[in-house]
Amino acid sequence: MATETQIGTGIEVVGVSKNYGDFLALQDVNLEVPNGSMTALLGPSGSGKSTLLRTIAGLEEPTAGRVLIGGEDQTRKPVRARNVGFVFQHYAAFKHMTVYENIAFGPKVRKWPKARVSERVYELLDLVQLSGLAKRYPSQLSGGQRQRMALARALAVEPSVLLLDEPFGALDAKVRKDLRTWLRRLHDEVHVTTIFVTHDQEEAMDIAEQIVVMNNGKIEQTGTATDLYEAPSNEFVMGFVGEVNRLAGKLVRPHDVEILPVAAADTVEAKIDRIVKLGFAGRVEMLTVNEHSEVWAQLTTTELEALNLESGQLVYIRPKGDAVVKEDTGALDEITTEEDQDPASDKPTAVTPGLPV
Amino acid sequence: MTGSGRLSRWSLRYVALGYLAMLLILPIGVILVRTFDEGVGAVVDAITTPDALHALRLTLLTVIIAVPLNTIFGVACALIMVRGKMRGKSIINALIDVPFAVSPVVVGLALILVYGEGGWFGADLAAIGIQVIFSTPGIVMAVIFVSLPFVARETIPVLQEVGDDQEKAAETLGASSWQIFWKITLPSIRWGVSYGVVLTTARALGEFGAVTIVSGRISGETETLPLFVQKQFETFNSVGAYSASLVLALLALATLLALNLMRRKEN
Repeated sequence: MATETQIGTGIEVVGVSKNYGDFLALQDVNLEVPNGSMTALLGPSGSGKSTLLRTIAGLEEPTAGRVLIGGEDQTRKPVRARNVGFVFQHYAAFKHMTVYENIAFGPKVRKWPKARVSERVYELLDLVQLSGLAKRYPSQLSGGQRQRMALARALAVEPSVLLLDEPFGALDAKVRKDLRTWLRRLHDEVHVTTIFVTHDQEEAMDIAEQIVVMNNGKIEQTGTATDLYEAPSNEFVMGFVGEVNRLAGKLVRPHDVEILPVAAADTVEAKIDRIVKLGFAGRVEMLTVNEHSEVWAQLTTTELEALNLESGQLVYIRPKGDAVVKEDTGALDEITTEEDQDPASDKPTAVTPGLPV
Repeated sequence: MTGSGRLSRWSLRYVALGYLAMLLILPIGVILVRTFDEGVGAVVDAITTPDALHALRLTLLTVIIAVPLNTIFGVACALIMVRGKMRGKSIINALIDVPFAVSPVVVGLALILVYGEGGWFGADLAAIGIQVIFSTPGIVMAVIFVSLPFVARETIPVLQEVGDDQEKAAETLGASSWQIFWKITLPSIRWGVSYGVVLTTARALGEFGAVTIVSGRISGETETLPLFVQKQFETFNSVGAYSASLVLALLALATLLALNLMRRKEN
């Protein structure tokens, strides 16, 4: 689809601010979304990511700044004239209409000829794998099916951009993972410029080409998953994207923790609490002697064997020489976690989440 | 569930049923039985007298004018209250309830003060040939006034409950405000509105107090069905009173039944 609308349908956000009374939801946000790309807006709750998405859609009017879609200034255009596909977090399914009628809604209000409407609806039902369910009502669908219906409905009008607000937020973990793989494949098929909002870093890293990390109404960093992981621009990004330890006033990645049997320059004394071996890799959980803070190191099995560690042993740890390190000013403590956040993406439990580095 | 819990639940059930029986089921049942005391023929005769038929026609006319007007007003009011962003909503909210708070008799008197012969607009209206008080317009106005709040009061909570997600989604899909109202908002609040319409209809059919004052109770001219019942009762024509009451009750039941049938059909 949308081959004819592909050219010049990237999104540009220029100096956008949004105030609700005294509250600054967005502060001078600048963003460029390449044509045909998949971008994630990642941040904790209250970071302004949803507000930014709704501003691009025209559901919110910015206090200052401009929104350009396909190089055209759309800031003052009403929502219905922007030709954006928007998928709401809780689906916003038209409950009194069947799946078919839901998807046909956009084409119908745009006065497409009947034959074209039905052709388009069946094409989309096929695309989102709901072909047999055209006559069902939303209440008769599962959460995942409802979400796919909402997606089909948004795509029906051949939008120039697709905007998704926490698209998988209301689904359980298993369905969420399936759907996001499916969304990635769908995007490879339809190539429509897509922005989705999420608070789940794993989700963002899994499917987005570009990730925009937001906090307190501002963009902290924009880049690929690798950029954000390997070269975080600040403490917040480092802590929010990927695993992190607090070690002697610094933030350091678990695979950047060096364990030494004897004291050396800049080392901190720590006691080994537990050693977990997981095939090719292992983790060593420690407690620093002075500050009693938890630190864990990620090592290969070979490294583990060479060190020959055991629980209860006293070791000396420090960030590796080439490690990515940020000062720990306590900014991470202020991150509010979303209620519906996937607990698996919170703190490491048994399995180390495989980060695509 | 403990023994005493079960006991109290059962006794509560019987108290509730007994209460309803004494106040509702028994009186209506008695009317039904007494109506047919002198046979079906007497009932048919009683409700086909010219005055009775006129009262029925006038009542239906009032309902046909008052209910649609109050429905439109009620839905518009609910939309302003729930979706509107303007100030003064609390004033509207308080005003909607005035017809419930004020006694219908006072409503009737107020209408006479404004539109009656010696009232503010009475003389001017009479000059152009419109008589409001002691005439059909006055009756319709009184009925509209007393049944004003139902649709708004039934619709507001439903509108709040539904939220505006679906409306926003329709907007992103290119729908105009008019299309959103007819295709999204109205279908999602239809049962709230319908219930409001049923209540409005029931009240419009049965309104007595305000209509008594403004109509002048002229048989065959300004007498609605409830007034007709009262007059038959006062003149010891019990068959006439009971028969007309039965017609009123059946009309109200018919609206309720129509609503239930619509719901059942949908499910």
